[in-house]
Amino acid sequence: MVINTDGLTFDFGSQTVVKSLSLQVPEGSIYGFLGPNGAGKTTTIKLLLNLLQTQQGSIHIFGKELKSNRLEILAQIGSLIEQPAIYLHLSGKENLLNRALLLQIGEARVNEVLNIVHLTDAAHKKAGQYSLGMKQRLGIALALLSDPKLLILDEPTNGLDPNGIIEVRELLIKLVSEHKKTVFISSHLLAEIERMATHVGIINHGELLFQGSIHDLEAMSKPAVQIETDNTIDAANYLARNNYTATEVTDTHIFIPYTTKQQMGNINKLLNDMGYNVYSIIKQHKDLEKLFLDITQNA
Amino acid sequence: MKGFILSFRSEFYKSRKTAGFWSAVILPLLLCILIFAGFYSRSDKMAMEPGVILWAQFSGAILGVMGSLLLPMLIVFIGYSVNSIEHKADTWKTLFSLPISKFAVYSAKYFYALFLVFLCLALFVLFTVGFGNLLGTVKPELKFHDYNMSGTLSQLYFKLFLSSLGILSIQFLLSLLFRDFLKPMGIGFIATITGVILVVNQWKYDYLFPYSHPMLALSALPQHHNHPATNNPTIIVDIFTQEIYVSLIIAAVVFIAGYFIVLKKSVK
Repeated sequence: MVINTDGLTFDFGSQTVVKSLSLQVPEGSIYGFLGPNGAGKTTTIKLLLNLLQTQQGSIHIFGKELKSNRLEILAQIGSLIEQPAIYLHLSGKENLLNRALLLQIGEARVNEVLNIVHLTDAAHKKAGQYSLGMKQRLGIALALLSDPKLLILDEPTNGLDPNGIIEVRELLIKLVSEHKKTVFISSHLLAEIERMATHVGIINHGELLFQGSIHDLEAMSKPAVQIETDNTIDAANYLARNNYTATEVTDTHIFIPYTTKQQMGNINKLLNDMGYNVYSIIKQHKDLEKLFLDITQNA
Repeated sequence: MKGFILSFRSEFYKSRKTAGFWSAVILPLLLCILIFAGFYSRSDKMAMEPGVILWAQFSGAILGVMGSLLLPMLIVFIGYSVNSIEHKADTWKTLFSLPISKFAVYSAKYFYALFLVFLCLALFVLFTVGFGNLLGTVKPELKFHDYNMSGTLSQLYFKLFLSSLGILSIQFLLSLLFRDFLKPMGIGFIATITGVILVVNQWKYDYLFPYSHPMLALSALPQHHNHPATNNPTIIVDIFTQEIYVSLIIAAVVFIAGYFIVLKKSVK
């Protein structure tokens, strides 16, 4: 495990922001850390970077205890927390050169990361004149600068346009697949995480509600048979009398828990025999968005 | 130590285009030019004065303004500017997640502020001596060349530097803790005025109050001794007076306390 926390708890005054959190981030994964705004994501990230002192529980990164190996661990982490931290009076390149100076990295690498985030043309422009998306990209460049083993990114696609989001996603996937990095990325948007994450942790009110691979998460969503028909209410009642109870009935669709292919055939036959028009009948996975809402709202 | 040097260089790199850095350079230049212009325009009235008196008037005009009000206010501003660069850019979190010890980051910042104050005062010496000699050259009737003040001035400004360290530590810590300019500025301003009042009223314990130190450092008049050979007075500056010791102690204590406050403080 690259990140391993055990019973991590953090209070701000009397409010518990992180409750007994046990994160397990495997090496070479893109770990999507999901939760609504205010769920405790940023606090967790600040704990992982030792910006907040651990009150209860333990944090191990690269198998080492964080507090006693702080500098050694931080040397292998690149991070972007909330708004990118950028000196607005310096140019984009100067911001990188300043960080390169602190990390003892050469100018060649600065040019390289500028190129990776497509800021080469705007390198000499003052960062104060950058758009939100450019600032975010500069923040990602700063995180990438030291070629870290672990990237911790807090909502890195905030303020990016769709193209920018796709670029960041592809970059992260490439880093993991080609360069064996591990990425820990927080977001409140499941759709964004779904497309790249290999592992997911879902947090709400400071509690970890789900943790596992993206396949585990998908498996949690039970498939349903979605039937499009003309008279949904009557049809649903008729199916119920034949022991196929609908979970949801809308004006156009009926949803019934999926069991087998045979079941779908039977349903189709039953409806056709009774003269209902079946426009479509398909097996459908409950989308993750809905699952995410269920998980965070039922807690 | 490496972390400290890297952080210190980064401080210079970051601030070299800010008002905080340039104020330390421009303030002495501007003040010296103004006094130079004043002397230049009134040169006929001073043609009879001996060199030592001219130097005393010339540098005294600058020192008088600096010691009482300008130096403490400059320190308030420098203390603010080295910290505000991080407050504004929201970069404390990145500074403290670098693989550099927190003490190196904190102390590099502090010593950079200290360096700016030192630079400013060193430039005062340089510009005072430079412009004094320039006056002697462009207005030969002013006998600036008759006397060499640079040694005494260096000592006086060094003493002024030491006397300002207590204020610097306090203002540095205030600016580190408070994001806005008004709190450290307001506290610094009121404390400076209080310091001046204490010295003017010759309060018995004024040497314990850091904001009184620059004024006290200059008010202990240098002793004059006539040099037997040239008949020019030699001015002896007693650098280590009691307010200097108090200033150094306050500086050290607040600097160390500040580090522990930084350690405890959550990074927003």
